[in-house]
Amino acid sequence: MFRNQYDTDVTTWSPAGRLFQVEYAMEAVKQGSAAVGLRSKTHAVLGAVNKAASDLASHQRKLFRADQHVGVAIAGLTADGRVLSRFLRNECINHSFVYESPLPVSRLVVQLADKAQVCTQRSWKRPFGVGLLVAGLDETGAHLYYNCPSGNYFEYQAFAIGSRSQAAKTFLERRFQEYDTYSREDLIKDALFAIKETLQGEKLTAQLCTVAIVGEGEAFHIIDQQTIQEYIDAMELSTGGPDEEADAAAPPSAEAQEGGEGASSEPAPMDI
Amino acid sequence: MALRGDWMYENNGGTCVAIAGIDYCVVAADTRLSVGYNILTRDHSKICSLADKVVLASSGFQGDIRALHKNLAARHLLYQHQHNKQMSCPAMGQLLSNTLYYKRFFPYYAFNVLGGLDNEGKGCVFTYDAVGSYERVGYSTQGSGSSLIMPVLDNQLKSPSPLLLPARDAVTPLSETEAVDLVKDVFASATERDIYTGDKLEIVVINASGIKREYLELRKD
Repeated sequence: MFRNQYDTDVTTWSPAGRLFQVEYAMEAVKQGSAAVGLRSKTHAVLGAVNKAASDLASHQRKLFRADQHVGVAIAGLTADGRVLSRFLRNECINHSFVYESPLPVSRLVVQLADKAQVCTQRSWKRPFGVGLLVAGLDETGAHLYYNCPSGNYFEYQAFAIGSRSQAAKTFLERRFQEYDTYSREDLIKDALFAIKETLQGEKLTAQLCTVAIVGEGEAFHIIDQQTIQEYIDAMELSTGGPDEEADAAAPPSAEAQEGGEGASSEPAPMDI
Repeated sequence: MALRGDWMYENNGGTCVAIAGIDYCVVAADTRLSVGYNILTRDHSKICSLADKVVLASSGFQGDIRALHKNLAARHLLYQHQHNKQMSCPAMGQLLSNTLYYKRFFPYYAFNVLGGLDNEGKGCVFTYDAVGSYERVGYSTQGSGSSLIMPVLDNQLKSPSPLLLPARDAVTPLSETEAVDLVKDVFASATERDIYTGDKLEIVVINASGIKREYLELRKD
């Protein structure tokens, strides 16, 4: 994409019918570190790569819980993502308060999309520079949605966003047909493998990624590093890609070996 | 009362008690819901579990009580999202006070007793009036049977004056079982003379291992 005379305001159309500022916002998503999502009929998994600005810094949070039954993974401008997560949490709380029931995921993504659309039609605003993978469970089963800065949203069986996400998408395209019947453990393994694809050669460790899951009988929560490392180790034992065998790979919940590990995965209170 | 068109409240009766111990807190309330001389249900809980270590018991107008509990539960969820931890009992105590005073000019008709463990794991009881004036105490009771129960608790739990120096602990030295037995006794007594108290007693005990619930049948007349 090159600079042109129609890309200054978000309220200016190009002769070809494009809104360049919105498209530039989508570029911002592509620059962010990768996030992946996949779902079966009963569970949805989100994964993200933990990229820190430098060795001195801690990585930014990319996975946020919106409610017991919904969570999001973001890619792009993390600050925009944080603000939108707060919006999602508020919407979920408000709905629960009024209707005493969890907000259906499809309604949540529409509200989010409408909020994004507003920013594409006001001259004093700019589009949000963050893409969100919304994973949740409601009465109709598990769902995965992708919300664009443009205000569009799509439902997916599996998707990846952010830098080098094409590698993950290629992997997911090969395997998504069976995801509906996948077990919870296999979904997590595939999520980890998809994340590994985006790392392109770098060794996958539990420190480098964050994985969260939501499903039937399971509230949205981030899986602890210990368990993730066990999944990764089991994956490496089985040759090449992840296989369906290793249900011995389904690790038992174990105590953290180092207390420091647990402490470092806790976000600072300022990071909501 | 029934003739005025603008009276917005109703007293659904009931009594709540809370007692703070060294490492536990007992919160109890009866389960009768009444209007006037009628009983609407014998099986209605006045107790709301707000957080890991915080339990709220309220008596008064159930419409307002339900709304107040919902409000606090939603605020607690928001707090958890922002701070990544549960609210402590003193924090919830202040929040409840502010929530009640917010409606100073159209109050929640709710008489509250908040119980739980404080940050050091000691029993913690806060007692409120309808507009949010609150105080940390060793024990308290609110509701229709409170005037029958409070003198008995004063006699049995003998809380030292908060004016004494050095500051004395207001929590009772009784054990958990002794405190629960005392609660059962006072409710049995209140049930005898207060028409709005009876049917069943719900007792909630909070200690380091979590929240435990127990029920006791009371007189149904």
